[in-house]
Amino acid sequence: MGKKKTWKNIKRAFPLYIMVAPGFLYLLINNYVPMTGIIIAFKHLNFAKGILHSDWAGLSNFKYLFKTPDAALITRNTLLYNFAFIVVNTTVSILIAILLSELRSKTKVKIFQSAVLIPSLISIIIVSYLVYAFLSGRTGFVNGLLTSLGKENISFYTESKYWPFILIFVNCWKGAGYSSIIYLAAILGIDQEMYEAAEIDGATRWHKIKCITLPLLKSTVITMTLLSIGRIFYSDFGLFYQVPMNSGALINATNTIDTYVYRGLIELGDISMSSAACVYQSLMGFALVMIANWLTKRYSSENALF
Amino acid sequence: MVGKQERRYQRMITVVLALISLIMVIPLVLLVVASFTSNNEIVLHGYSFFPKELSLEAYRYIWNERAQVFHAYGITILVTAIGTTIGVMMTLLYAYVLAHEKFPGKTFLAFYLFFTMLFNGGLVPTYIMYTRYLHMKNTIPALIIPGLLMSAFNVILTRTYIQSNVPAALSEAAKIDGATEFQVFRKVVLPMCKPIIATVGLFAGLGYWNDWTNGLYYITDTNKFSIQQLLNNMIKNIEFLSKNANSNINLASVGGGIPQETVRMAIAIVGLLPILIVFPFVQKYFVKGISIGAVKG
Repeated sequence: MGKKKTWKNIKRAFPLYIMVAPGFLYLLINNYVPMTGIIIAFKHLNFAKGILHSDWAGLSNFKYLFKTPDAALITRNTLLYNFAFIVVNTTVSILIAILLSELRSKTKVKIFQSAVLIPSLISIIIVSYLVYAFLSGRTGFVNGLLTSLGKENISFYTESKYWPFILIFVNCWKGAGYSSIIYLAAILGIDQEMYEAAEIDGATRWHKIKCITLPLLKSTVITMTLLSIGRIFYSDFGLFYQVPMNSGALINATNTIDTYVYRGLIELGDISMSSAACVYQSLMGFALVMIANWLTKRYSSENALF
Repeated sequence: MVGKQERRYQRMITVVLALISLIMVIPLVLLVVASFTSNNEIVLHGYSFFPKELSLEAYRYIWNERAQVFHAYGITILVTAIGTTIGVMMTLLYAYVLAHEKFPGKTFLAFYLFFTMLFNGGLVPTYIMYTRYLHMKNTIPALIIPGLLMSAFNVILTRTYIQSNVPAALSEAAKIDGATEFQVFRKVVLPMCKPIIATVGLFAGLGYWNDWTNGLYYITDTNKFSIQQLLNNMIKNIEFLSKNANSNINLASVGGGIPQETVRMAIAIVGLLPILIVFPFVQKYFVKGISIGAVKG
């Protein structure tokens, strides 16, 4: 018993360790080694000395970062956009899912489903082309429309006030179809007898949606929102960098933590600021996943992630 | 029950859904129409759904410059094929192990995987590691390895599938008959996993085909540009022009006679076409994958 048995079990599991090895190594390199790289943010990085031997900077990189107005701006943008995305996308995708579930014709369901899924297949680079075709200052479709209505043209790529709406719309356009599939799956999982019973009691369509479908979707909504809240310090880099075409005039409306980190690292070569923002994002992101999960565990434990 | 009222209701839903679908698809229609419009017309009158002057000049231009476009296409195909194959293999193996009955280290391996979904080091250390220490700048592996090869989400998806679709008794029986762990994996589990292989492969393949960030971070050598990066570079050229915009600059003349506006749209079509062609055949797996992803693993 004891030691001997454990040893025997380990030996028996040996083939399993070999099978898991490629994935294990990959996660080690791609995920775990960079985690240790967090110390870069606490160093005056000097590649000649190497990361480990660079001088310690304490918290000075962070102090420096939070003294700039950028820190508040990128935090505000990242959080507000994500809140808006969660509200708008959840609403629209539930709407699409309910409409699809009410449709009787299977062929129609399939056609509409393909249509709403298409945007999620397109790379963000091509999305930025599409947006450009609509919004370009001189040649864009929207400005053509404005001209023919006798209105003044709008220079979208230099006016930041339009971008919150544009980005929320583009994000919803690209993502709503995908999440509507998740909600549709949840609706199709609802016991049909409930609807039949409600019908016998004389419930109207609206009643059935309000009193059966929506309440039963609650747990899916909680899970999905929980996942999004865990990602609330992260933003879709492509959406905020490519779609506004990295336009300097729009920076107040489009700079998020991810674009800030990228610009600092690659365009400006300012590794200390960039790594400080990067660690800030990782830690806040981690804290939020834990908090969100803890809250869910407290109030509806069956929806908690872990 | 299917009365007049029900029919009217169905018609109403159809109309609303048709409108939503239209919004989803119409930007692509503009893209297609623009790629067949004459460049002059776009420069003079802007993008339109009903151009007065149709033209194949954009596609003719791409055909003349096919060396560059096809090269980028080749890179994308190569990277997608290699990355998807290796990635799916790794995902299946990891998932098989996690679905296995208890063995020493199983809990650790599950947590080791799951933790990567909760926490990461972010772009800066990742970038420094891949460029400074693994010297991947301007290499093909830089398009395959960073971030994309295996995702914890796909592993969990696959593990859940194996647990609920491959009866443990079957693997047990094979083992009693003397099959090794690898034989069980290959002969018993893999054949029963075809649907989930299709789903995970689809997610991975789409991820590779559409990826442009690895190219942006790690590739500066135009010989290793993928199709997405080629597109990205073309739009950057325009960006440069519009930044120095005198509203009177004629894009066509600056581009040295290249039908810039339409060529960009045509290359976007070329990059998108394979996905649009394949999608109807694999939609089933795509939808299934999203739906099981919703059920937490």
